[in-house]
Amino acid sequence: MLLIRCPWCGFRDQSEFQAQGEAHITRPEDPYQLDEEQWGQYLFFRKNPKGVHYERWVHVHGCRRWFNVVRNTMTDDILATYRPEEPIPVLSDEETNQPT
Amino acid sequence: MKKQINRLEHDARLNRRKSIRFWFDNRAYVGYEGDTLASGLLANGIHLVGRSFKYHRPRGIYTAGSEEPNALVQLEENAFTEPNRRATEIEIYEGLIAHSQNCWPSRKFDFGALNSWFSRLLPAGFYYKTFMWPTSFWMTYEKYIRKLAGLGRSPTEPDPHFYDKTYAHCDVLIIGGGPAGIEAATAAGQSGCRVILADEKFEFGGMLLSENMLINGIPCHEWIDSKISKLRAMPNVKLLNRTTVTGYYDYNFLVANQRVNEHLGPRVTINSPKERLWKIRAKHVVMATGAIERPMVFADNDRPGIMLASAIRSYINRFSTLPGKNCVILTNNDSAYHAALDIADEGGQVSIIDIRTNPSGSMIESAVSRGIRIIKNHSITGVGYSRGLLRSIEIMELSEDGLNVIGKKEKLLCDLVGISGGWNPTIHLFSQSKGKLKFDQSNHCFLADQPSKNNSVILAGSCQATWFLKDCMQEGHAAGCEAAKRAGFSVDGASDEINTGQIEYGALRPLWILPGSHPIGQGKTKHFHELHNDATVGDIHLAVREGYESVEHLKRYTTTGMGTDQGKTSNLNALVALSEIRNLSIPDLGVTTFRPPYTPLSMGSIVGYDCGELFIQKRKTPIHPWHDQAHAVYEDVGDWKRPRYYSQGKETMHAAVQRECRQVRKTAGLLDASTLGKIDLQGKDTRWLLNMLYTNVWDKLEVGRCRYGLMLNEHGMIFDDGVTTRIAENHYHMTTTTGGAARVMSWIEEWLQTEWPDLEVYATSVTEQWAVASLNGPNAREILQELTDIPLDEESFPFMSMREGQVANIPARVFRISFTGELAYEINVPARHGLALWEQLIEVGRKFDICPYGTESMHVLRAEKGFIIVGQDTDGTVTPMDVGMDWIVSKKKQDFLGKRSFDRTDTSRSDRKQLVGLLTDDPQFILPEGAHVVSEVKSKPPMNMLGHITSSYMSPNIGRSIAIALLKDGFNLKGQTLNVALMNGNSQRVIVTDPVFLNV
Amino acid sequence: MAEASKAYSIFSLVRNSLNYHQNWQRAWRNPQPKQDYEVVIVGGGGHGLATAYYLAKECGIRDVAVVEKGWLGGGNTGRNTTIVRSNYLWDESAALYEHAMKLWEGLSNELNYNVMFSQRGLLHLAHSVHDMQEIGRRGNAIYLNGIDSEFVTPQQVKEMVPFINLECRYPIHGALLQKRGGTARHDAVAWGYARAADNLGVDIIQNCEVTGFQIEENTVKGVETTRGRIGAKKVGCVVAGHCSILAEMAGFRLPIESFPLQALVSEPVKPILDCVVMSGAIHAYISQSDKGELVIGAGSDSYTSYSQRGGFDVIEHTVGPILELYPIFSRLKMLRQWGGVVDVTVDRSPLISKTPVNNLFFNCGWGTGGFKATPGSGHVFAHSIKSGDMHPIADPFSINRFNTGALIDEGAAAAVAH
Repeated sequence: MLLIRCPWCGFRDQSEFQAQGEAHITRPEDPYQLDEEQWGQYLFFRKNPKGVHYERWVHVHGCRRWFNVVRNTMTDDILATYRPEEPIPVLSDEETNQPT
Repeated sequence: MKKQINRLEHDARLNRRKSIRFWFDNRAYVGYEGDTLASGLLANGIHLVGRSFKYHRPRGIYTAGSEEPNALVQLEENAFTEPNRRATEIEIYEGLIAHSQNCWPSRKFDFGALNSWFSRLLPAGFYYKTFMWPTSFWMTYEKYIRKLAGLGRSPTEPDPHFYDKTYAHCDVLIIGGGPAGIEAATAAGQSGCRVILADEKFEFGGMLLSENMLINGIPCHEWIDSKISKLRAMPNVKLLNRTTVTGYYDYNFLVANQRVNEHLGPRVTINSPKERLWKIRAKHVVMATGAIERPMVFADNDRPGIMLASAIRSYINRFSTLPGKNCVILTNNDSAYHAALDIADEGGQVSIIDIRTNPSGSMIESAVSRGIRIIKNHSITGVGYSRGLLRSIEIMELSEDGLNVIGKKEKLLCDLVGISGGWNPTIHLFSQSKGKLKFDQSNHCFLADQPSKNNSVILAGSCQATWFLKDCMQEGHAAGCEAAKRAGFSVDGASDEINTGQIEYGALRPLWILPGSHPIGQGKTKHFHELHNDATVGDIHLAVREGYESVEHLKRYTTTGMGTDQGKTSNLNALVALSEIRNLSIPDLGVTTFRPPYTPLSMGSIVGYDCGELFIQKRKTPIHPWHDQAHAVYEDVGDWKRPRYYSQGKETMHAAVQRECRQVRKTAGLLDASTLGKIDLQGKDTRWLLNMLYTNVWDKLEVGRCRYGLMLNEHGMIFDDGVTTRIAENHYHMTTTTGGAARVMSWIEEWLQTEWPDLEVYATSVTEQWAVASLNGPNAREILQELTDIPLDEESFPFMSMREGQVANIPARVFRISFTGELAYEINVPARHGLALWEQLIEVGRKFDICPYGTESMHVLRAEKGFIIVGQDTDGTVTPMDVGMDWIVSKKKQDFLGKRSFDRTDTSRSDRKQLVGLLTDDPQFILPEGAHVVSEVKSKPPMNMLGHITSSYMSPNIGRSIAIALLKDGFNLKGQTLNVALMNGNSQRVIVTDPVFLNV
Repeated sequence: MAEASKAYSIFSLVRNSLNYHQNWQRAWRNPQPKQDYEVVIVGGGGHGLATAYYLAKECGIRDVAVVEKGWLGGGNTGRNTTIVRSNYLWDESAALYEHAMKLWEGLSNELNYNVMFSQRGLLHLAHSVHDMQEIGRRGNAIYLNGIDSEFVTPQQVKEMVPFINLECRYPIHGALLQKRGGTARHDAVAWGYARAADNLGVDIIQNCEVTGFQIEENTVKGVETTRGRIGAKKVGCVVAGHCSILAEMAGFRLPIESFPLQALVSEPVKPILDCVVMSGAIHAYISQSDKGELVIGAGSDSYTSYSQRGGFDVIEHTVGPILELYPIFSRLKMLRQWGGVVDVTVDRSPLISKTPVNNLFFNCGWGTGGFKATPGSGHVFAHSIKSGDMHPIADPFSINRFNTGALIDEGAAAAVAH
């Protein structure tokens, strides 16, 4: 049971949140510039890393805001949370190279 | 009634003034307040309490705590019954009823014990090797195997009790109320921080309850009482006894089960919770979980009358019971000498078998000085047991390496054997929390190593192999201080002077699997390293021989550690056996993970109040009370209860729906549409957003006008539909399907917040703010006109527009939209006025022959007109083109969600499954929904399917059955005659048509 | 078939009991990896071992190694709720799972290892009008695909499970019954395939983790492992939750995310529940094992994770529906809960596919339901690896469907609206 810092509400129990998959996937400016395979990649193909993962969560039973979380998917340690408009946080080497 | 033949003189922790009568296997016994069922039975001379899992061997009481693998009983009867309860944890209460398990007809004479005779045929994994022929017979064999397994019986009635559930937050959670935990709680409590001290037993004190020593000159039981009363006086300290911390999850989230009033008996406590589940988020955790004594394994070590040496101490010092007269202590270490001394103190006969070759030191000297016989370097090679009691043991000298026995057998008469193979720190919770374990070579046990990064935990006392009481207490104090400090509280670091006068221990002999007179696994005796599941050291040999040599394979092949005790007394000895057989060190073997819960957790407490009416809310509209009175039969749509039809008298659903449908088209009908999802959209960029969300163009929608839209996911598939109305310049009212409301809302929020944050759009769910009555039929205008000043004529209030005004003196938004194809008004009023509006519409409508109708008629009426229902006629694999709605897909818009996906190879095929109408040859035959159209009817399956029937009804307004289907290349099949294959073997001829059956 | 001297039977059991089972042989060898193999299978779970077995048994390729980073069957094979069924909606799925079902029906004899496949019957409950439409469609489709499928009334459900609460929060309208559905002993499946494959010459190499692929001119030549390089003409990856990591090593991505999936068992009790009962609507999956434990499947957590554990809230939301349907279990206790890592595709159907790298094949994406497919998955994958072209049953499950849009959407049909 994670303890997640909502960038607006502070630390709250995981049960107030929902994970919404990989973050920083931008919808193509002009989808028709993409061929079928590229469009397929955008729709369905994901990094799914074992280790540091940039992902979206929504505080669904709270402020209903979306935000980003950096989490190690091996240990479930949360390394950072930040608002959608905030820059991607820089991790220390130790955090990036956590054992996987 | 039997006398308590094993009861001692002193009170110990019992209330001798309160006798309690309890029943075991239909015989009455008497114990005292403070007894467990185990101590009560032992006091009465009862050792045999049940039969084992696989071989149905007689079994007794093995421990005095939650680690009990053996003494599992069926507690209580009928609705109150619970299987597999540990007799060592059940507090007796007046009238308690318990039964032995896994035996028939009785625990003393059990037919299942035939298994024991065939035990040579039933080694680990025997079932993988046989019962394969003939193939069809496995189910027959299995039936008998299932009957023999399973221990206790499930209740067969609903649970009369209820369960509480609560959250708790604290600065410091201390797990374990023994000496270290008490010291930790005291230190942390004094700092002023919020402390919870939880202990699984009904009394605090931990191992001190089983002691008789002095602390600072006062008896240790008095020390406990005084410490606990001081803790009780601290308002910031919560003491939870009878509370087992069962799970340790991420970020210091722990789950604990409190047995609230089980000790009073089930009958008197029906109105208060049986158990309470604590969900605790602790800033810091102090684990003072103690240690569990480790057994040694020897030939027939499972007989009743054989128990842990520490259990004997508990029964003597805590429960005033000496479970035998003539005792033997088998040990590889000094700590068990205390048990021998306690027995001697209470006047029992005792000798010690010390497997060490030359034990020495003060403990040995104390025993010698008391005249206790110490037999060195011997193993127990046989056990004499009959008629419920231990009678004797057979011993032989150990060879130098301890792997064999030598010399002559000696027989010792005895009725109680206490075993000690040292101690195992209780680190299950630490392991659960993803803390790493390490094997400690000097203490021969696993210890906590690295805690997981997202948990803050400090260990204190014997759970980290600190064996001396004084050290445990000092560690507890230090841990309490440290945890409080980490939580930001200042603490006084000095601890009280502690004097416990403990003596030094000598080293143990690292030998736990004692040889018998035959090689292990051979001969008639069995070495049980795991009592609960009847797993033997011979099984481990066999497993390794067959290649199941990794720890996890061993566990699964022999079922070691898979019992209700989760191997608390057996896992390490299994590892020892495995390491000896494989000639590898224990660290090289690895360890299996401990999994929650620490002790089994009742399902009732996991669920708490979230059952019955509170399981999942029933959403009801404001008009619901009226539906109740009108004999509505409800349908579950999402979480909503919607009237499906209104039954008049003894009318069937079919008759009611036919009546309602006719009446709507003939006069008027009223549908409660309050459940439709409603989203209020405001802001200057709303129109831009709508253009992205819907397939059609929204640029020219004027204020006061409505438009239908289809919403697609990015795969291009329909996922919702509804009508959106422009209320004002930058203000829209969107409706969604009932089931899709939440999905659409989060869909909008997702795009707004993550992809287009610069848009100025505010989305608010207003589903429950509006009640909606949908007035349909030729008389709709007349009815509404009686209740409103809004001009309703065609010109001032045309189709697909909205007017605001008063309806029945209620402020309302009236939408002229229709899902039946009739003249229709959807009247939206603030939810609190919904019922009043409805009643007035019905009242006024009476003279216009209005009838309320439900969702079933709604479905028929819309099908007559060929309107789709998203989720019924579509299924997430259907595009707008597939349902013949190309007209709603803008060719002009450059982009909208889902558009790009239309051009994919598969999505752009022309022969996809497409929505068509079907008319049966027999106009009275209603095709079953879900039945399939086949290309060719065969005498039996398989048959090639073209697609399925999504909707099928008897249409009263057309006078025949109608159906809608999704068929491969359906548009090109129109006009053709095909067949629907039915599961009863018959088929129906159908003609493929347009899915619009009733033209204007 | 195993050689006579090693074969398992009641006779060999009796014979071996005479000398206290001292002469049983290893179920599989513990070989050192060779330099090269014709085929290397990565992943020693049920699917991987089955693939190796059918390569050796039916495809004439015995020069096969199965490399497993831990112990055989230690992933989802040993963590699932052991349900076997073939009552799938789409023709493609029905063909695949029914292919597996037919293999299950002869598997114990085929392997000479009792996998305890028990066709106890499987009920799929319908709790609403919409559910009835869903099982109606599926039941008909299954029937027309030649698979057993019956509709039963609430009363018939009650006869099969007398203590079920028909009038629960979403009252039971009916159910779809597959009599041939049931359970099997999960560990035995891995062990049985391992033993049989080993017997045919397959090298099963445990504690051997793949750390990379050797790829030349976009063609796989072997795998790098913690026990050195192992050459291979063809490589098949069957690693469930970890498939994305292997794909990354090979330089491509998959349409897959890995989620924690939890399960739990109750304490063992005497037989009370004979069939498997599934409720998709309130999410309650339950059966009773031969040991007597109630085996209960939980839902997956919402976040991706490789930690093999999930949140306690999921357990709460799993037991709630169980007690709603079976109030008599309230006083029974959860004995153990655990988690696995499941590889989930967006259409809830697996990937059995060639990849952008020549001679490298992937079999993954089984999500929460791979166990039931084990024999069929291994069988079609083996034939696909052998021929280089996908087996007709496997062909629709290619990775390419995520580009063309030809999804096999087993999840979509169950969605609810109106």
